[in-house]
Amino acid sequence: MQTKFNQRVIEIENLSFAYDKEFVLEKINLIVDNRDFLVLIGPNGGGKSTLVKLILGINPIQSGSVKILNKPLHNSLSQIGYVPQNTNVNTNFPIKAIEVVMMGHHTHKRAIFGYKKEETEHAMHVLRQVGMEEFADKKIGSLSGGQRQRVMIARALCANPKILLLDEPTSSIDADGQKQIYELLRELNKKITVIVVSHDLSVVLQYATKVAHINKKLAFHDLSSVKKEFEMSSDTHVCEVELLQMLGKCKC
Amino acid sequence: MLEALSYEFIQNAVIAGILVSLISGIIGSLVVVNRMVFLAGGIAHAAYGGIGIAIFTGIPIFLGTTIFAVFAALIMAFVTIKQRENIDTFIGLIWAVGMAIGIILVDLTPGYNVDLMSYLFGSILAVTREDLYFMAALFVVIIFVMTFWYRDILAVSYDSEYASLSGINVKFFYTLILILSALTVVIAIKVVGLILVIALLTIPIYIAQNLSSSLYSMMLISGFIASLFTIVGLWLSYSFDLTSGATIILVSALSLMLFMIVQKIR
Repeated sequence: MQTKFNQRVIEIENLSFAYDKEFVLEKINLIVDNRDFLVLIGPNGGGKSTLVKLILGINPIQSGSVKILNKPLHNSLSQIGYVPQNTNVNTNFPIKAIEVVMMGHHTHKRAIFGYKKEETEHAMHVLRQVGMEEFADKKIGSLSGGQRQRVMIARALCANPKILLLDEPTSSIDADGQKQIYELLRELNKKITVIVVSHDLSVVLQYATKVAHINKKLAFHDLSSVKKEFEMSSDTHVCEVELLQMLGKCKC
Repeated sequence: MLEALSYEFIQNAVIAGILVSLISGIIGSLVVVNRMVFLAGGIAHAAYGGIGIAIFTGIPIFLGTTIFAVFAALIMAFVTIKQRENIDTFIGLIWAVGMAIGIILVDLTPGYNVDLMSYLFGSILAVTREDLYFMAALFVVIIFVMTFWYRDILAVSYDSEYASLSGINVKFFYTLILILSALTVVIAIKVVGLILVIALLTIPIYIAQNLSSSLYSMMLISGFIASLFTIVGLWLSYSFDLTSGATIILVSALSLMLFMIVQKIR
């Protein structure tokens, strides 16, 4: 076995970040293990997006450290498959699903014109993984929100990342589509680490193994205990506000 | 029309029309998908400053316009990359200032009597052999750039944030697209004039966008449609003695209306 089960894929230590003088993140510590399904929650403006940008290396690190797969952060898109928020922009753009997926390739030797055969094959392979194979030649604008999000996930998977990071992946998708996306993520989670930024707790908690609540500071929870507590305290309905309060307060 | 083709100036006009149409099919597609239509309009009008400078200093007009348009494109690129909020204002500014410079310089040129209208509305029948070489060279350069950097340009146009994350130099390609637009504008001025350039860069592209599922097919279809419009417009303008640029644009606009009606009915 090449990877220890509990190998750390992301290690964040004492990370602080400020735009101007206002601290957005303060002394964040977070360890993500291999094959975690981590959900980052927190209020708007609480620093979720900032943390994502720091992990991806978009924002410079001001203090503290971020290690990805035991190495200090550099351009990390080859290790982290990233699915950005808002896939509804530019839907009229003339581009096929498979072309979107192939944006995810990180090869230095490229064909002079168009795409190499291996690249096309690999793109088809990841499209199959997300169940979108038959839509490969469809214009991206003709797909539904959920289908488009699957294509974006395929693009992120194209470079065979160890970690998949999704920013609000279901924000503009209907309930059925949301469920399908999370089922897909659960399936992918069998092989790789999944990190989801979300505010939609009720859905996400069924799938998450760990939750980090971010509001300038970070509170971390291993869900195995929290879930039990909830199953005892409520029969069917989980009130998100209560849950959020609880997750935000306690420091595990 | 056929006997007209024996005149050299008509031959030049037809070749120029097709070359410019193919080029504006490619570059117009990029301009439209990158939502730079207003930017390209700004460059087209600012280019008049180049015409003024050329007339005033006596350098060849093509050269003056080219240099000035590229210069305007670089300013546009610089401003729009730096200053995301007030883009419209700055584009409008460059648009107006370029034209003003042109008009003042033409005023200051003694004994000036070049036909201003030909720059505003095009003078395709006055295309020279040198103009054709310039157009052909630009066409080759654009084909070369598109072949070599198609993937990067596609990535930057579709999702610039992701493209920049995956290590593509977004600013470089953004600037490149603007410079190519400037060069396209310069040659399109010859055919349809600077006021009508934007129509050539958008009408065929709009139709093509609805017919294509990828960027390169959009470019090819745009080029083909634009060529068709140009040839038909040219033929009408020759037959009825009308201004060629305006005729080409009206042919395009009428076809667009027809296309939209057909689309509605379907």
